[in-house]
Amino acid sequence: MSNKEKVPVYLDYAATTPADPRVAEKMMACLTMDGDFGNPASRSHVFGWKADEDVKQAREYVAALVNADPREIVWTSGATESDNLAIKGVAHFYQKKGKHIITCKTEHKAVLDTCRQLEREGYEVTYLEVENSGLLDMKALEDAIRDDTILISIMHVNNETGVVQDVAAIGELARSKGVVFHCDAAQSAGKVEIDLEKMKVDLMSFSGHKTYGPKGIGALYVRRKPRIRIEAQMHGGGHERGMRSGTLAVHQIVGMGEAFRIAKEEMADESARLLALRERLLNGFSDMEEIYVNGDLSHHVPGILNISFNFVEGESLIMALKDIAVSSGSACTSASLEPSYVLRALGREDELAHSSIRFSLGRFTTEADVDYTIELVRQKVEKLRELSPLWEMYKDGVDLSKVQWAAH
Amino acid sequence: MAYSDKVLDHYENPRNVGSFDKDDNAVGTGMVGAPACGDVMKLQIKVSDEGVIEDAKFKTYGCGSAIASSSLLTEWVKGKTLAQASEIKNTEIAEELALPPVKVHCSVLAEDAIKAAVEDYNSKKGVVAEGS
Repeated sequence: MSNKEKVPVYLDYAATTPADPRVAEKMMACLTMDGDFGNPASRSHVFGWKADEDVKQAREYVAALVNADPREIVWTSGATESDNLAIKGVAHFYQKKGKHIITCKTEHKAVLDTCRQLEREGYEVTYLEVENSGLLDMKALEDAIRDDTILISIMHVNNETGVVQDVAAIGELARSKGVVFHCDAAQSAGKVEIDLEKMKVDLMSFSGHKTYGPKGIGALYVRRKPRIRIEAQMHGGGHERGMRSGTLAVHQIVGMGEAFRIAKEEMADESARLLALRERLLNGFSDMEEIYVNGDLSHHVPGILNISFNFVEGESLIMALKDIAVSSGSACTSASLEPSYVLRALGREDELAHSSIRFSLGRFTTEADVDYTIELVRQKVEKLRELSPLWEMYKDGVDLSKVQWAAH
Repeated sequence: MAYSDKVLDHYENPRNVGSFDKDDNAVGTGMVGAPACGDVMKLQIKVSDEGVIEDAKFKTYGCGSAIASSSLLTEWVKGKTLAQASEIKNTEIAEELALPPVKVHCSVLAEDAIKAAVEDYNSKKGVVAEGS
């Protein structure tokens, strides 16, 4: 083992994970002349047969993690493509039945932007609010369902807050109303239990690189019983039962398969370990003044902790935390100056949304990483608060909500 | 985002952080921006009887560029007359710190801050002059 300093400390596992070394090893055996480089669609020789075997094995691993049939797994380029294929695929296939879709304001952009596109095509979309906990109000969902509703798309685990929606309950409701239910599970596969025998989910999106697999690969689960139909978005060759054409990326698929195999094997232990690390992190901040956890920790994935440090601006805090890799819930690094739409949907004031940091822990995070993070964050928040006129006013007892700010 | 060395220097070693008594008649205070927009700048100047800025202090809630813009400003205004200080342009700040286009608004805020501080000082003097 090398003892070189691991700085910066990586705490952005919700953005992407490194590939597990076991995954990388399997992938490398699918690239070169002496490996399984063949085209799985080649039926006439052993190179094709071997590649096809590898893909079959990977499909079984992915299906096994979520208790599905391997024939229900369609390979895509990632969760964004899976979301597009599911939502546009259902909308286009079932448009004679209706043109109404229900989703939620805290969904990933891959879902929201796809819905926006369908609105341009003449569909109608309802964007549900969430409660302050981040959870969907089931009553509001039920009330939103109409005769012409063809699809409900709700994510499993939110990428910014880590809040877990009650997918089983949403599935029951959707099934009872005869509406197709799509669920983006990019952040949940391998982190939260998914049992598609029990959960009445019709379509589910998966990503390779959020679960220690490679980037550029994902999958869409498409239920067989009852059979869900989607219209292909990519044509040419009829691969993946006609739902997604294109030569299969064997090394990517094998990598995702191995990643999901490992996830199934290690999920229970890993979740317990990550939960303990997250609690350690939160405890390290618990005596600080004016900090707010975003999202309900009792319905939560273990690896994510989103905190607002009031009176400190997120981007400057991230700049101060250059020795740890985290992300700001605030999107103010873009030209928009808009704070996170997810935190806003949770009812957070703009200033708290501007002050948020997402810590996401993962397989290679250690206790030492967490302790280092606690110390650094405490020190930098204190420094930035010394610099903050808002902190000074708060300390002087000024009610900031009553101040007349000069907007610019 | 890549910050210029000058932004990093001001961010890591901000100059003239702190506050003066805002009720002191020799002090002008400018507070600009809004928490909801992600930046608030407080700039204070201490002015001599001759109308020269003897000292300046700031506190800023905002991104690194906003902190650097206000820190730089406190260095620039010291020794200047109120009229000279009011002439500082945001473009000069943006140029000195090599701010990227999306951060130019930070320099605009700094320009607004010094103007507001000068205005506050002048209005205090006006009030005092009338009262005496």
